[in-house]
Amino acid sequence: MEKLKRRIKEFGLPRIIILAFFLFLCIMAIVRDLNFPALLSNVIARMPMDGVLVLAMVPGILCGIGLNFGVSIGIIAGLLGMTISMEMGATGLVGLLVAIAISTAFSTLFGYGYGAALNRMKGSEMTVSTYVGFSVVALMCIGWTLLPFKNPSMVYAMGTGLRPTISMDGYYGAILDNFMKFEIAGITIPTGSLLFLLGMCLIVWLFLRSKTGIAMRAAGSNPLYAEASGISVNKMRIVGTVISTIIGGIGIIVYSQSYGFMQLYNAPRMMSFSAIAAVLIGGASASKASISNVLLGVFLFQGILVLSLPVVNDVFKVQNLSEIMRIIITNGIIIYALTRRKGGAS
Amino acid sequence: MQKGKERAAFMDFIFRNKVAILFSIVSLLCLYVSGIQVSFLIKELLTRLARNSFLVLALIIPVIAGMGMNFSIVIGAMSAQAAIIMVTYFKLSGIVALIATFVLALPLSVFFGWLTGKVLNRAVGQEMITGMMLGYFANGIYQMIFLVLVGSAIIPIVDPDLLLSTGVGVRNSIDLTNTIKYTMDNIIQVPAVWFLVALGAFGIFWFVRKALMAKKKGEAMSVHIFMAAMSAALVAVVLMPGVYYGLMTSGAGKTPLQVPLFTFFMIFLLFLFNGFFLKTRLGQNLRTVGNSRQVANSAGINVDKMRITAIVISTVLAAWGQIIYLQNVGTLQTMTSHESVGLYAVAAIVVGGASVKKATNAQAIIGVVLFHTLFIVSPQAGQALFNNAQLGEFFRVFLSYGVIALALALHAWERIKKGKGEEGAEAQLPPAGEDGAKAASES
Repeated sequence: MEKLKRRIKEFGLPRIIILAFFLFLCIMAIVRDLNFPALLSNVIARMPMDGVLVLAMVPGILCGIGLNFGVSIGIIAGLLGMTISMEMGATGLVGLLVAIAISTAFSTLFGYGYGAALNRMKGSEMTVSTYVGFSVVALMCIGWTLLPFKNPSMVYAMGTGLRPTISMDGYYGAILDNFMKFEIAGITIPTGSLLFLLGMCLIVWLFLRSKTGIAMRAAGSNPLYAEASGISVNKMRIVGTVISTIIGGIGIIVYSQSYGFMQLYNAPRMMSFSAIAAVLIGGASASKASISNVLLGVFLFQGILVLSLPVVNDVFKVQNLSEIMRIIITNGIIIYALTRRKGGAS
Repeated sequence: MQKGKERAAFMDFIFRNKVAILFSIVSLLCLYVSGIQVSFLIKELLTRLARNSFLVLALIIPVIAGMGMNFSIVIGAMSAQAAIIMVTYFKLSGIVALIATFVLALPLSVFFGWLTGKVLNRAVGQEMITGMMLGYFANGIYQMIFLVLVGSAIIPIVDPDLLLSTGVGVRNSIDLTNTIKYTMDNIIQVPAVWFLVALGAFGIFWFVRKALMAKKKGEAMSVHIFMAAMSAALVAVVLMPGVYYGLMTSGAGKTPLQVPLFTFFMIFLLFLFNGFFLKTRLGQNLRTVGNSRQVANSAGINVDKMRITAIVISTVLAAWGQIIYLQNVGTLQTMTSHESVGLYAVAAIVVGGASVKKATNAQAIIGVVLFHTLFIVSPQAGQALFNNAQLGEFFRVFLSYGVIALALALHAWERIKKGKGEEGAEAQLPPAGEDGAKAASES
């Protein structure tokens, strides 16, 4: 009994509420006969769509920079990768790979600078990185207007600059989703995307068990001890930040191909919040995270987002409520995680 | 000898106000490029000063209590808007409506400020990010109440003017013409030219007096003379024929432009309050808490309670500031009016030279002037430079975020550089090596 109580306390009341809410939505969807398989298909399609972005949180949390609010930097790198690959006219799988390659190059560069900057701000990483993320997104609004892109499917017909929403049809829209896609019991399985997400998870999982990965986790969980055993904490934090940024870049590419559109300008500003909320719902904290947190979290979070819209509209006959739910859940779980941190230290 | 001292004092002054000076230069360049008339700028600036200063001054007390920039002032703004919606529902108008809004906003903002303080006490060292998230979270609750609950079985009110056509949820835009619009601004109006000349004359008198006092004491007086010259410059600019004519004809129907004296008087009262409050025992205790929680604790000060007090005061002031803002704007955008209150207020005070650790009244006012000058001129400057007004908009948004990011980063960096933060909780690590030198890529 005592053990159970402690378990519940560790799991946290917010997560219990979220889990209960999810189950309630599932039951309601079935009771009200709401085409459950179609809803579930939607949840399964959204898992890999957002999953990679959520995965980007893990190296950040483990290397000691906390919740990486600045993953928008990676997202910008990913968007740059995609726009440049489309400008080059690369389509299909080649286009996707080129986008990932360019994105990774930018992510490495940006992530290195960002990580180095964060090393000088230990203890305030999250506050600073939120505003650094916002600034970079705002700066790139100028960038998207001024960069010399020419591809007519991306730029405004009149005037200058890229369009805010760019269709990826004919390039690599849904390329992963449609790979070996099949249907079972009315549920569509986007095999390619799922495999990609699982593959990314596996790579991160393997990395965390490599020599560098273990050193990075040590630097994150106990910097003093790590330093004493000859690990360069600052270097390891940069490694974690760079990896987080790279995965963030790949994450937005997977997201965009699945969505079919790439969103520029202010669209990436709040994306990091959803990703952070998902990993927290999955059981991570500002200093602890695992791959299972990612998978569980993204399933629960997307499950709630997908199910709440039809269920709430059907049961309560109120519009807007599911969007309001999203705001409350996303920000509520982040506040919960922030207030669980002890003291001012990382 | 004397000359060296004057020079040192002046250089120190420049250095302390480097951010504000930099922004002045950027603003002046943008003003020059944009081709906007000075009288138009002054007109817009006076409006924005009256609207926004109160909100920005509401940020000061939490800074002194060591809690950083209070991004959660949006919660105060939402309390104010709830009060405005109530007043609209009760169909009050005129001065009565204004007073009712101030009174109704008080308990709401005290309560929500208290809750905010409670949460922030559980996130010591992370107050700013937590405050920001609380703002977003409260926005969800606010939308829940005013989009979903109002008009439903839980808050069963019926008012076709206030609610959406479905009968549930408040309208997106509420016209305040019949309630509080201009109720405070219209109490006393004076011509802008008088106001500015009086302000400048007072500035000259004040700084010349300070300079003479400094001379008597043998202290450096160059800064005071400089400030007196700036005040004189203000008078001179206002009295320049083009500007004077512009100001005398830019009111409604070619009449002289008027300024809302009473609103400025309220701002002045808050200006005095912030100064006075810090001299009280409560204020002194707050300052002690801000300097060191340990010292405060061992001096028998209830640290948590002090921090909550600071946030409550700030939230109440923010609520009142939002009322002043909205009575001037005249329309309540129910779902968006509060959203960027925290961002713009914090950006303004930071532009004025405030840091996370230190903020003064003067920095707040200077910040409002500079930040909003840039706000007014940047779209036109973007238009003139790139033939694209949107770029100017992007630029000023970038500037708002960027300047906050920079202030936060500098503060964090200084805290590390100082080595032992007196909070002591930080694991002490060797200073960042040379490998971390290139931090410029994202700023």
